[in-house]
Amino acid sequence: MAQKTYAGVTVDVNEEGYFTNPSQWTKEIAVEIAKEEGIELTDKHFAVLEFLRKRHNSGEALSIRSINHSGVIDVKTFYQLFPGAPLKKATKIAGIPKPASCV
Amino acid sequence: MQKENPVKKVNIICAKGAIEDVYATLVMGNGAVMEGIETNLFFTFFGLDAIIKSRMDKLHTAVVGNPALRLPGGLRMPTLLGIIPGMESFTSWMMKSEMSKLDIPPVSEFLDLITAGGGKVYACKLAMDMFKIKKEDLSEHVSGVLTVGEFYEQAAGEGSHIIFT
Repeated sequence: MAQKTYAGVTVDVNEEGYFTNPSQWTKEIAVEIAKEEGIELTDKHFAVLEFLRKRHNSGEALSIRSINHSGVIDVKTFYQLFPGAPLKKATKIAGIPKPASCV
Repeated sequence: MQKENPVKKVNIICAKGAIEDVYATLVMGNGAVMEGIETNLFFTFFGLDAIIKSRMDKLHTAVVGNPALRLPGGLRMPTLLGIIPGMESFTSWMMKSEMSKLDIPPVSEFLDLITAGGGKVYACKLAMDMFKIKKEDLSEHVSGVLTVGEFYEQAAGEGSHIIFT
């Protein structure tokens, strides 16, 4: 298993850089992963990250539709906040596994 | 894991209007948008139903002449059962409710998600003329009506792929 150091903390990640132990995540770490992805985190970003983590912790699958129904953010803003591949990027920054869903 | 020649753009053609045909296009298209791939969806012939306002959320699946159709439990559905009135509506309803459980949205909502992510939706001019469909009949997700030539122009570019579902 690979390890990476963010904000002075060493965390366990898989070969794609996703956390294998989501409890090692902190907001400071998120800021640094986001920088790697070229994103400057705002409160809006953190609201999304928290929603993703909450959903992951309750064992629910993530889909782009669930983001739209989250009440936190609509999909258009989601694509703007995490440009390119939003769900992949956002879950990486949120310190949770890459979603296995096709939708 | 970046591969050498990534898919940069997909152009998906949907020419049929049954639930499974349309969803093949929508799932592939939405998946591409989610990966950050430039996405064009092109609806033609019976596929137009997926972007006609009054029809898009009322698609059906064929219960006659569909040899892969199974009854709950896995037995093959005899084609003669398909002619029972209401069977097609019931089967289509079942398909949609099973898809909904997997967070697969209705067609109009799916197109919302795709266009919100920057995906583009086009209608085929020839098929519109043939079926006497007017621009006003199309959903607001549609960015334009294209000829075949214009479709190929849209599809141009390195790493661009054309998919016929």
